[in-house]
Amino acid sequence: MTETIEQPTEQGVSGAEIRLEKVTKKYPNTSAPAVEEFTMTIPAGKVVVFVGPSGCGKTTTMRMINRMVEPTSGTITIDGKDALHIDPDQLRRTIGYAIQQAGLFPHYTVAQNIGVVPGLLKWDKKRIADRVDEMMELVGLDPATFAHRLPRQLSGGQQQRVGVARALAADPPVLLMDEPFGAVDPITRGNLQDELMRLQAELGKTIVFVTHDFDEAVKLGDKIAVLGDRSSIQQYDTPDAILANPANDTVAGFVGAGASLKQLTLTRVRDVDYSTDQVLAVGDNERPAVVAEKLTKSGRTYALVLDARRRPQRWVHVRELVGKQSLDGVGRPVGDTVSTQSTLQDALEAILTEGGCAPVTGSRGELLGSIDINTVTSVIANVREEHGA
Amino acid sequence: MTAAVEGLPGVSGTRAVEQRPSVALRSDRLRLFVQPIAVVLIVGAVIVWALSGELSANERETLNLPTILTLTGQHVLITLVVSALVVVIAVPLGIALTRPALRWSSPVFLAIANVGQAAPALGVIVLFFLWTGIEGLWAVAIPLVFYTLLPVLRNTMVGIQQVDPSLIDAGRGIGMSAWGVLRRVELPLAVPLILAGLRTALVLAVGTATLAFFVNGGGLGELIDTGYKLQLNSVMYVGSALAIGLALLVDWVGGMAERWLAPKGAE
Repeated sequence: MTETIEQPTEQGVSGAEIRLEKVTKKYPNTSAPAVEEFTMTIPAGKVVVFVGPSGCGKTTTMRMINRMVEPTSGTITIDGKDALHIDPDQLRRTIGYAIQQAGLFPHYTVAQNIGVVPGLLKWDKKRIADRVDEMMELVGLDPATFAHRLPRQLSGGQQQRVGVARALAADPPVLLMDEPFGAVDPITRGNLQDELMRLQAELGKTIVFVTHDFDEAVKLGDKIAVLGDRSSIQQYDTPDAILANPANDTVAGFVGAGASLKQLTLTRVRDVDYSTDQVLAVGDNERPAVVAEKLTKSGRTYALVLDARRRPQRWVHVRELVGKQSLDGVGRPVGDTVSTQSTLQDALEAILTEGGCAPVTGSRGELLGSIDINTVTSVIANVREEHGA
Repeated sequence: MTAAVEGLPGVSGTRAVEQRPSVALRSDRLRLFVQPIAVVLIVGAVIVWALSGELSANERETLNLPTILTLTGQHVLITLVVSALVVVIAVPLGIALTRPALRWSSPVFLAIANVGQAAPALGVIVLFFLWTGIEGLWAVAIPLVFYTLLPVLRNTMVGIQQVDPSLIDAGRGIGMSAWGVLRRVELPLAVPLILAGLRTALVLAVGTATLAFFVNGGGLGELIDTGYKLQLNSVMYVGSALAIGLALLVDWVGGMAERWLAPKGAE
């Protein structure tokens, strides 16, 4: 039973679908079950985040997938195979597992820690060594520098990276992560989240991620499951839908204040209809009189001066053009621009900085259009309408 | 008996952790060289002094190299047999008692080991002799095992129990078997404490082995006893110096083992 769960190797989606059906966990000598009839399908290659208050059973639910907790009843299938009828140790070698504070073995070097699961799967030494190097590169740790260090010689963030590398070392289709970034400072945490998103875009694993931090769930999740007592599913939907239309008060309480602001982190500028003709763009070699005439004709007061490579330089008011011979040094420099990759939250920040309208630029900094507060509000309105709020 | 029981009750070797590392390191380094040199110098000086004087016929009978070597050899043998038995019994027992299935029974065994250590060694040896009628090496080795079991048993259990549960969770979670986690995670991380317990047991054994002469077990106690009975001070000096020197040497060996055998990063 060594290779009970096949490991797809092609890039793209390498994850496997997980189905939980009426899964219940009842501990002896307790009246209420810890998890009651939990039914959920976790789509292949997606990140599903379990959020909920402490003690709601989210971790217990996750741990039943790799049978660190044995379900009392119900069925769990991974990629169509019954997980409850596979030897637990064998099962776990095909499921990545990353926990809070990384759980690295303190007497193993970084390389030995990462190589544990391939070792358990009886890979040969050369293959393990190659894989360890590959994993370290993947999580951004230089093998030459870090391979032979002990965990205590690493920072908290580096330890978490090693934890993720260890979980991914045997290329499991499924990854379980139990508050993996819970114990690091907020900046490192943000970086680790970004890294995970980058990894996931590349690897396409099925990831079950447990956290009590809703913002983390919004950032990482393709879908979020908000769980209540006994792991009851309060809402299981995309972050967009949950933010726009919380199913009940429990979910609303968890979403917390500022749902619309959180929504802004989910949408990128390239996905919205930013305006391409709202701003009057002029070259820096145009004559001020001509620019003034254009402004008057189009009923605008400001023009955006571009350099030779169409990069936004300065905002010029029509009054500033009076009596000027050239556009050189006239007007107020552009403080902040947004790229098409930026989130609407970044865009909103830029709009506020620029005073109502922010230039949108392409990959080489060239002007593509502009975005203003109306665009942002209409996006929020649309999302809410779409999800029936 | 230098490595006294300190810190947690029954847990030896929990040395003062608060010390600044540089100080601890320096004292450690100092001991590495100074202790064995001091032992050799002191023991050598006493023997040279004793053998170089005018010896009476009585003294010559005991204070000659073959006798001293035989008795020292017996002493070392008792110590080694006791230590080996203690390791063979206490480490597996300590491991077994930390398994979930047997955890309930650990107080029973700890109580027995506690009684063993609390009872005076001489009483245990004599009782065992009266009860079984055995003489010689085993008559002293078996009761001493009972007497020195506790530090190793206790430290094995504590050593395994103090392993961070999240490491065991991580080990099982990535697919190690229960046996694999024990062998690759729990035991290596318990090694420093087990070695500290073993060192205490060794020092206890080498010290109490001086009582072996009561049951014809030989050892350096015989020199001290002879010297006392026949009022030969030189014989008593040599016996005592050798017993002390041997204990310090054993303690030093134990210290070195703790230093070199503990896995790196395990603290």
